[in-house]
Amino acid sequence: MTPALALFLREWRIARRIGGGASVGVVFFLILVSVMPFALGPDLNLLARLGPAILWVAALLATLLGLDRLFQADHEDGSLDLLINGSLPLEVAVLIKCAAHWTTSALPLVVLSPLFGLMLAMAPLPLALVAATLAAGTPALTMIGAIGAALTVSLRRGGLLMAILVLPLTIPVLIFGVAAASAASGGGAPFLSPFLALGSLSLAAIALAPFAAAAALRQVRE
Amino acid sequence: MRLRAWDLTIERGGRRVIAELSFEAPASAALIVTGPNGAGKTSLLRALAGFLPIEAGGFALDGGDGERTVGEQAHYLGHADGVKAALTVGENLAFAAAMLAGDSSRKAQLAALAALGLGHVIDFPARLLSAGQRRRVALARLLVAERPLWLLDEPTTALDAAAQTALAAIMQAHLKGGGILVAAVHAPLGLNGVQELKLGVTTEAAA
Repeated sequence: MTPALALFLREWRIARRIGGGASVGVVFFLILVSVMPFALGPDLNLLARLGPAILWVAALLATLLGLDRLFQADHEDGSLDLLINGSLPLEVAVLIKCAAHWTTSALPLVVLSPLFGLMLAMAPLPLALVAATLAAGTPALTMIGAIGAALTVSLRRGGLLMAILVLPLTIPVLIFGVAAASAASGGGAPFLSPFLALGSLSLAAIALAPFAAAAALRQVRE
Repeated sequence: MRLRAWDLTIERGGRRVIAELSFEAPASAALIVTGPNGAGKTSLLRALAGFLPIEAGGFALDGGDGERTVGEQAHYLGHADGVKAALTVGENLAFAAAMLAGDSSRKAQLAALAALGLGHVIDFPARLLSAGQRRRVALARLLVAERPLWLLDEPTTALDAAAQTALAAIMQAHLKGGGILVAAVHAPLGLNGVQELKLGVTTEAAA
């Protein structure tokens, strides 16, 4: 077994088992989306117009929810030492951990978002486009969140600090995500250019964040 | 092969815990680090593993792989076991072996666990293990992947007498094969021919 595959499998197994927290994000997403119609009232047009923004904000918060434990659990039980001195460069290990985290917690959001969007009275095309923008944008959220998770790895209640550090950096992702997603719900705004900007944000985050997170992991822990 | 450190100085939180320490750990002989609490035993081992920055001096593994850091040629076993409670013992070892470029086959896991008297728990979730058993799973990592330098921080914590004897045998075999062992201990490990490195508590403030 290659080290990369072993790490991915381990992360996947831990997330799927009891206490792993893979479904926490999805359940949080469902809760947030399903209480919105009660809060906003039964105006279907309003719901449909706000739908993409609600889905995006819910996805952003749900993604950040589980991320604070990304490195903290490994730091607490000592297995981070194994990652640092293992046969994989730490940057690659960070990338693989993020990939595993994305597939266990963000991918279910992408897949289920059309279903949840039905509660917001959204039409089929906007539903599909929201799912597409989430698929293109959530990797950026995970990768940016990983930097915050690495910086707060040794703090016991680092989750809130991580959210404060990370949220401002995720605003561009949110703006382009919602811009692309609402293009389909009318208004005449273009879909493609914000969508491509969203994709480029994700690619840049995938390329750069592992270096930042690995540097933070090496520096911050004492 | 030998581990050599010269004028090693380590500071933690503005306090100099290790000041200008020089030592050599030759192959086939254990270097036992002793000293009172707070003498810097853990700091020294973590610095050698590459987890703590050093202020001055340096260390090197003579005759080792020049392409890799000392830490990447070392097994580091600290106070935390690095055993994931959600995984089975076998899965834990398979991951460690793959990560450390060792042998991740089930046969190697069984052999490593059997050497520590733990072969029967290979398919148990690690969360059901006792502290001593978890420690032994962590020690089994030493056997599933081969690395020339072992940095062990109080390896006998939570171990019963039988496991301590098994650990002594494992360490003796490692030394016999030309390995280097640096261990921080409070009680004797039951090894022959050890060198001792005594650390004292320094009260000197960092400059």
